[in-house]
Amino acid sequence: MPLFQWYHSHPSFLKQFSVTYGWFIVSVHFFHLHLLMKKLRDLYGPSDGIVGEIFDTLGRYFPIHFTHPKGEDVDVTRDELSRALMFAFTSTPLFEPFAIPLLLEKLSSSLPLAKIDALKYLSHCTLKYGADRMEKHAVAIWSSLRNIVFSSSQEPVLSFDCESVDGIGFSDDDIAKEALTVLEKLFMQNSVLFLNLIVNDEDINLIFDNINSYMNFSNISLQSKRKIHGVGCILATAARSTVFSCNRIFESFFPCLMNTLGISILKPSDNMSPSGKHAVSGTLNFGALYLSVIVLEACRDLTVGSAQVASFPTHETFCCMLERFSASLARDFISYVGRGNETSMADVFLGVKGLQILATFPGSFLSMPESLLEYILTALVSIITENFQGTLSWNLALKALVNVGSYIEKYHESKKEISYMVVVEKIGSLLTAAKCMMPYSRKLEAVSEVGMSGRNYMLKVVPRLEEAIFTNLSDLYVNGYMGPAENTVRLLECYTNKVLPWINNSEGFDEVLHLFVINIWNQIECCKHFSTRTEEKDIFEATMKTMKFAVSNCSETSHNAIVQKAYAVVSSCHFFSWNESAVNHVEMRGLDISHELKLSIRDRWVLSLFASVIMAIHPQTRLPDVRATLWLFMEMLLKGHVPSAQALGSLVNKFGSKANGQSTLDEAMDIIFNTSISHADSAYGISMGIGDKSTMNLADLCFGASNSRLLQINAIVGLAWIGKGLLMRGHEKVKDIVMILLECLSSKGGRHLRQDSGQENCEQDVSSSVMTYVADAFHIMMSDSEVCLSRRYHANIRPLYKQRFFSTMMPMLQALIIKSDSLFQRSVLCRALAYIMSETPLVAVLGEAKKLTPVLLDALLMFSKDNLDKDTMYSLLLLLSGILTDKSSQEVVIENAHIIINCLTRMVSYPHMMLVRETALQCLVAMSMLPHSRIYPLRTQVLQAVSRALDDPKRSVRLQAVRCRQAWSSSPVTT
Amino acid sequence: MTLGLINANPVVHAKKERVARSEDPHADDAVDPLEIYDHVRDIRDPEHPYSLEQLSVLSEESITVDEKLGRILIMFTPTIQHCSMVTVIGLCLREKLKDCFPPHFKVDIKVAPGSHADEESVNKQLNDKERVAAALENPNLRQLVDECLYSSEL
Repeated sequence: MPLFQWYHSHPSFLKQFSVTYGWFIVSVHFFHLHLLMKKLRDLYGPSDGIVGEIFDTLGRYFPIHFTHPKGEDVDVTRDELSRALMFAFTSTPLFEPFAIPLLLEKLSSSLPLAKIDALKYLSHCTLKYGADRMEKHAVAIWSSLRNIVFSSSQEPVLSFDCESVDGIGFSDDDIAKEALTVLEKLFMQNSVLFLNLIVNDEDINLIFDNINSYMNFSNISLQSKRKIHGVGCILATAARSTVFSCNRIFESFFPCLMNTLGISILKPSDNMSPSGKHAVSGTLNFGALYLSVIVLEACRDLTVGSAQVASFPTHETFCCMLERFSASLARDFISYVGRGNETSMADVFLGVKGLQILATFPGSFLSMPESLLEYILTALVSIITENFQGTLSWNLALKALVNVGSYIEKYHESKKEISYMVVVEKIGSLLTAAKCMMPYSRKLEAVSEVGMSGRNYMLKVVPRLEEAIFTNLSDLYVNGYMGPAENTVRLLECYTNKVLPWINNSEGFDEVLHLFVINIWNQIECCKHFSTRTEEKDIFEATMKTMKFAVSNCSETSHNAIVQKAYAVVSSCHFFSWNESAVNHVEMRGLDISHELKLSIRDRWVLSLFASVIMAIHPQTRLPDVRATLWLFMEMLLKGHVPSAQALGSLVNKFGSKANGQSTLDEAMDIIFNTSISHADSAYGISMGIGDKSTMNLADLCFGASNSRLLQINAIVGLAWIGKGLLMRGHEKVKDIVMILLECLSSKGGRHLRQDSGQENCEQDVSSSVMTYVADAFHIMMSDSEVCLSRRYHANIRPLYKQRFFSTMMPMLQALIIKSDSLFQRSVLCRALAYIMSETPLVAVLGEAKKLTPVLLDALLMFSKDNLDKDTMYSLLLLLSGILTDKSSQEVVIENAHIIINCLTRMVSYPHMMLVRETALQCLVAMSMLPHSRIYPLRTQVLQAVSRALDDPKRSVRLQAVRCRQAWSSSPVTT
Repeated sequence: MTLGLINANPVVHAKKERVARSEDPHADDAVDPLEIYDHVRDIRDPEHPYSLEQLSVLSEESITVDEKLGRILIMFTPTIQHCSMVTVIGLCLREKLKDCFPPHFKVDIKVAPGSHADEESVNKQLNDKERVAAALENPNLRQLVDECLYSSEL
C-alpha cells in the first residue's frame, strides 16, 4: 500500500510515530508528508488545533541538523532532508500562522546554516502560501530581511575591482544573496505593499536624508558603507523585479539622487566634447553616485531581459526620466573617471560602470541620440589611448568597451553597431600608430579584446593585426633585427594564442586565414635576400607556430592552395634542386649528403615554414610532388634539421593507403628506407660489406655506417619522428623502426657502436651518447608533442596506440635488459623502457606491475642523478604511487618493500623538483599501510629521511613530511 | 565524589576559515606563524571536545617565528586564570611542534602575560626540558597528551 494511503487510514499515526521513532526515520518521511497533508485537510478541514500540533512536531526538526556518520549506508544527504522538510512546511497553507513566525525567529539565529535554510524556506513559503496569507507578516519579514542585508559583513570596497564590473552585489555573502532572493519574490507577489515599506522605511530614508555626508568613499565609516551597499541592493532588487516597481523606485528616489549629484537636464547637443576638459557639472558624492549606478544597472537588466517580450510598454516613467537625464549623467560619469589622481578607485569604477550601463540600454527603451553613444564610446577610447598608465581605469575602460561590443553583437543593435565600428577602427589603428606612446603589450590586449567581443569586430581587427605582422616581418627580412624583438614575438603570440583560437570557434574566417598564409608566402617570395641580421630565434619560432596554427585552422580546400604556393616558393630555392633530371639522378644514384648543411637565413626560413605547413595540413591534401618532398625532408633531416624530421613524421602519419594518383604510404616508406644515401666518409659500409663502398640506407646510418656520429644521431632522431607518425596511426611498419632502434641498443648494435673506435675511451663516450639518443627516440615516439602530430594538426591517431605499443615493447625490452652485458647498456635499456612506461596510461601498466616494479625503481634511481629528465621522473613516480595504491599490486609491493622504500627515501631529498619530493612522501604514507612485520625494520630509515624533509624549503613538502612522519610514528594496526 | 570540570562552561568561538595558500612554485615558503598555527589549531582541549582554536586559547597573532634564528614562540591564553590544564596544553603544543619541525628549531611556549595566576612557574615548567621529559614519561599524562593530539572527536 502506498505510504500516504497508509497514513490516511491511520490519522493518529503522525503524532505517534515522531515520538516513537528516531528523528531520522521521521525526516525520511518528510518526503511523503506533503501528500499526507492534503489528505488531512480533507479529513479535518481547516482546524487550527490539529494543524498546530502537527506543525509543532514538524517545526522541531528545523533547521535540519544532520550528524549521521558518513560510513553508514544511508542514501540521503542533509540537503535532501532539508528540502523534504521544506516541502513538508509548504504542504498546506494552513501551516502559515506557525511556519512564518518560526522562520522569522530562526532568522535571528547566529548559525549561518539556519539563516540560509530559513531564507530558502521563506522563498518557498512565499510562493506556496500566496499573497493574502503572506501580507499579514509583511512588516515582520521586511524588517528581518532588511536587517540581514544591512548587516552583511561584506565590505563593498572589495568589489571595486576589474572583475566585478559585470555586476555589483554580494558576491560572497550567501545569506544576503538569499535574503535578496526572498525580497525579489515578495516584490513580484505584492509590489505595492513592499514598495510602500521601502519608500517609508526609516533606515532607507535616513540614508537619503544624510546622503550629502557620503561625499568621499574613503571618509565613510564601514557601518555606513554597509548600509549604503544594502540600500543599493534592496533598491536594485525592487527595480529589477517588475516594471511597476522600477517606475516606483525611479519616481521615489531618482530625482533625489540626481539632485544630490547636481545633475540637471541637459540636451545632447550641449557642449559635449570628450576630448575637451569636462566641466565638472555635478558635485562629487560617492553615495549618490553609487546608488544611481546600482539602480541604473537594475533598470538596464530589467529592460534587456524584457527586450524580447513584445508586450513590454516602451514609454514607462523610468524610461522617460532616464531619457531626460541621460546626457547629463554621461557627462557626470566621464567627469568622475577623468578627475585623475583626485579620484578614488571607487569613483573611477562607478564612472566607467555608469558609462557602460548607459551604452547598453536597449535602443527600444531608451532612445539615446547617436551623438550621446559616440560621446560615451569616445570617452572610453580616450581613457584607453591616453590613460594607459593607470592600470585600473585602463582595464575597466577596456572591459566596459568589450561588454558594450558584446551587447551590441548579441542583441543586434544595428544603429549602435555603426558607432561601435568607429571605435573598433580606432583601436585597431593603434597597432600602426607610431605616435601613440602606449606600451605594445597594451595595444595588443586592447585590439584583441575588442576584436573578440564580436564576429564583425574581429573581421575589422584581423586585417589590422595581419598588416602589423607583415610590416614587422618585412622589416625583419629587409633590415634585420632592428628594434625590440619582443614586440614582433608578442604580436605573433597574440595572433596565435588569442585571435586564432577565437576564429577557430567562429564561422566565416576561412578566406581571411587563407589569404593571411598565402600573403606570408608571397612576402617571402618577393624578398629574395634576407638581411644577415634576420637571425632571430624567438621570432623564427613564433612565426613557425603562427604558420602552423593558421594552416591547421584553414579548410581542406585552402590547404591544397597553400601547399601549392609553399611548394612553389620552396622549389625556387637553390637548396631545392629536384628538377626532373635530379629526380632521375636520385633514383639512380641515391641521395648525396656529403656536402654540409649551409642554408642561408632565407633558405632556413623557407624550409622551416614549408615543414610547418606540411605538419599542419589535412590528410587529404594533395602534395604537388611527393617524391621530391620526401627526398627534400630526408636530406634535411640527415643534415640535422629537426622540423624536416617532424614534417616527414607528419607525412607518413597522414598518407592514405589508397590515393588517387597520390603516392601511397608503402611507396613513401620504400623511398624513406630504401633510398641509398651516399656520404664521403663511410668506413662502416666498407667494413660490413654493405652495398657499394659509399652508399647506405637510413637503417645503416642508424647503425653507424658512417664515421660521422652527428649523421648517426640525426638519422636516429629522424627515425624517431617517422616512427612516431607510424605508431600513432597504428601502422605495422613501426615494428621495423623499433627493430632498428633495438638493434642499436642490443649488444650486437652496441658492439657496432664501439667496434669501430680507434681510440677506445674517447669513442666510448661518443657511442654512449648515441645510445642515449636511441633511448630518447622512444621518448619522442611515446610523448605527446605540441609541435606536430596532434589532433590540432589533424594527425591520424589510433585509439589505445600507447597501450598496444607498451604491451609489444615491454617483453622485448625486458629480455634485452636480462641479456645486457654491461651496466651502461642496462641503464640505456631501462631508460627506454621508462620512457614508454611513463607515457602509457596507468591502467595498462598496473597489470604488469610485478615485472615492471624493479625496472621502474632502477629507472627512478637513474633519473634522480641529474635534473635532465625530471618530468619523466615525476611521471614514473606517479606510476609507482598508482602501483602502491592499487589493491591488486599489494603482493608485489610487499615483496619489494625494501627496495621501494630505499628508492623513495632518496626521492624525498630530490632537489630539482618539488612535486617529486611531495609525491615521494605521499608514496611513503601509502607504504605505511603495509603489514607491520614487513615495514617495521624500515621504520628508522623512513623516519630519518622524513625528518630531513621537515626542513624542506617548500611548505607543501613540509606538510607532507609531517603527515608522513605521523603515519610512520604511530604504530600501524595492520598485521 | 565526582570532580567537577575546572571550566564547566567555556566560551566557544567559530573556527576560522582555512586560508588556501597560493600554489605559486616561486612563492616564498618560509615558515610563518600561520603555518605553525595550522599545525596546532586543531589540538583538542584536555577538558572539552573543542579545539584550542575554538576556545581561543591560541591565535595566529600569538605566534612569532624567526626562521633564520630557528626560534618559535607561542603565547597561549588559558580559558580561566586558575586552569590546572595549562601545563597539559603546553605539553601538547610542544609535542606537536616536535613532530612538525626539525630539531634545530627552539620552541618557547608561554602563557600570555596576565592570563594565569601562576604565570611564572607555569612558564618555567613548560620550558624546562627535564620536567617536560619527565612529564611525558608519566603514562597517564602521555595518554592524555596523545588523546588531545590525535583525537578524532572534533
